[in-house]
Amino acid sequence: MNKKSFGSRLVAAPYIVWSAIFIVVPLIIMVYFAFTNDAGSFTLSNFAQIGKFKKAFGLSILYAVIATIITLLLSYPMAYYMTKFKIGHQRMIMMLIMLPMWMNFLIRTYSWITILANTGLINKFLSFLGIGPLQLINTPGAVILGMVYDFIPYMILPIYTAMSKIDNSLLEAASDLGSDSWSRIRRVIMPLSLPGVISGITMVFVPSVSTFYISQKLGGNKTLLIGDAIEYLFNTGPQYYNVASTLSLILMVLILISTLIMNKFGDDEEVVI
Amino acid sequence: MENQKNNIIELKDIFVSFGEEKVLDGLSLAIKDKEFITLLGPSGCGKTTTLRIIAGFLDANRGEVVFEDKKINGVPSYKRQVNTIFQRYALFPHLNVYENVAFGLRVKKLKENEIKEIVTEMLHLVNLDGFEKRSISTLSGGQQQRVAIARAIANKPKVLLLDEPLAALDLKLRKDMQKELRRIQRQLGITFVFVTHDQEEALTMSDRVVVMNKGKIQQIGTPQDIYNEPENAFVADFIGESNILDGVMKKDFVAEFSGHVFECLDKGFFENENVDVVVRPEDVDIVPVEKGMLTGTVTSVDFLGVHYEIIVDIGGFKWMIQTTDECFVGDNVGLYIEPDAIHIMKKSEYSGLYGDYSTYSEEMEHLSDIEPEDDDE
Repeated sequence: MNKKSFGSRLVAAPYIVWSAIFIVVPLIIMVYFAFTNDAGSFTLSNFAQIGKFKKAFGLSILYAVIATIITLLLSYPMAYYMTKFKIGHQRMIMMLIMLPMWMNFLIRTYSWITILANTGLINKFLSFLGIGPLQLINTPGAVILGMVYDFIPYMILPIYTAMSKIDNSLLEAASDLGSDSWSRIRRVIMPLSLPGVISGITMVFVPSVSTFYISQKLGGNKTLLIGDAIEYLFNTGPQYYNVASTLSLILMVLILISTLIMNKFGDDEEVVI
Repeated sequence: MENQKNNIIELKDIFVSFGEEKVLDGLSLAIKDKEFITLLGPSGCGKTTTLRIIAGFLDANRGEVVFEDKKINGVPSYKRQVNTIFQRYALFPHLNVYENVAFGLRVKKLKENEIKEIVTEMLHLVNLDGFEKRSISTLSGGQQQRVAIARAIANKPKVLLLDEPLAALDLKLRKDMQKELRRIQRQLGITFVFVTHDQEEALTMSDRVVVMNKGKIQQIGTPQDIYNEPENAFVADFIGESNILDGVMKKDFVAEFSGHVFECLDKGFFENENVDVVVRPEDVDIVPVEKGMLTGTVTSVDFLGVHYEIIVDIGGFKWMIQTTDECFVGDNVGLYIEPDAIHIMKKSEYSGLYGDYSTYSEEMEHLSDIEPEDDDE
């Protein structure tokens, strides 16, 4: 063995140890819980119970899909117009988009309560105009709004990055060959920004499908998502750890499958998971 | 403007400035149908800007762009009947060779069988048969160049604009492509507007050469005109090697320079008018001292294969001379100059800027070896 590879192993060692303790071991524990009962013996009975959570799984996927689509529809034109600004202005806009992320995720979500509540900002303004109050908080719409708001930077960023890498001479070439601006978007910008779109979809869909905090704070108790179910079971008591682990495992597999499908779309392009 | 009907493109008094910087300064140019015309000049002379004005990527601050007798200022590039070959090809990385060439045809919504016919024909024209399915990233520079040509001419443009298309290729490949472009131009019978900073390339390929500097046209003419009858010191210096001397036109056919009176073939100057005199290095004969019209000392000798390039000091002015006779540093030699080797130019703003070859050794002035440049954008 040569010195160099020993050296590089040494450098990587802390990361490997870290990964082992905080990623691999918890995963093993989770899988162990998923396939055992509370007495510790092997069983598949946990999987028999997941039928009860069909609705939560369905809602989670539905909300995540809707939130991802809305995020994409908002982010794509946004990223496109950003690339039209001067470089300096582009950086400033990017910073403004990232700015809310400097604030804690929980606080960001919490602040929406004060905006959407029956006595919140919007309803106060509406009552001033003699309208309302409207039921905004504790609705599916509020949950999806929360998801879109919290995760939209993860969509804009990779799309913007992919678009700004497109050489202007390609757009000139397309124009030279007869493409008007819509045709340039369709034939050049869209295909070349696809890897960014795929990264963005993955990065928004994954946290959306597994979130519990947003639905609890903005959805009241009306919407039980799979993340809520897992959190609830873990908080209720050790006797539910096994079922909760099973749900987590299934959610993980679902996310893994959807990520793999998305990567297929991205062809051989590298996709950030 | 000569032969009005035959002009496919006319640029009339074009001004372009980027901020404070004047890029094109009152440029007027008529491009004839089916000719191979080259815009030649150093980096920043405005040649690429001129091309972009014709392509429609850039609007002139002032002046008219006329295409087939119609003013086309403000017509977007996708509506113009010209196509461009870009300096770095600008091939679409997400499409294969076939789809790159088919791009313009798909935009035009041609039928699939028509597209296939044209693409196959174009790939054959550029010697890329069988490359249809290849991805762009697997092609060599020369092959990418050919795809770029095929893509541009697939649209059957009336004018093809070429922006330093050969700058990124190595010397051997560049020579081959020069011939090939010329062949394609003749075969298609369309107008080529070619931009380059390589004077040799301009001379070999063009029907006419437009020499530009500082946003202005210095001279328009056939390669022979440009080389043999440069209009000012800039052109003489930029095209090939030249000894540019201060001289006086005594009367028609008689010029005095370097302290000697020479017979020449030029006329039409005032008596005793101050002029610039050009003598090309290959037009000077080295003779024994007693037979020389001028005499001097050899200060440097370089062997270049076909000939020697020697520097001769004559009264402090360093001449460059290309000769097949071997000389040695320190030799006293005579120079013999035939009347037809002397070219007289009127004084211009460039007079005196291009001196002798006294700094030659540091100059490394071999333009054809210049790296691909980013031009005036």
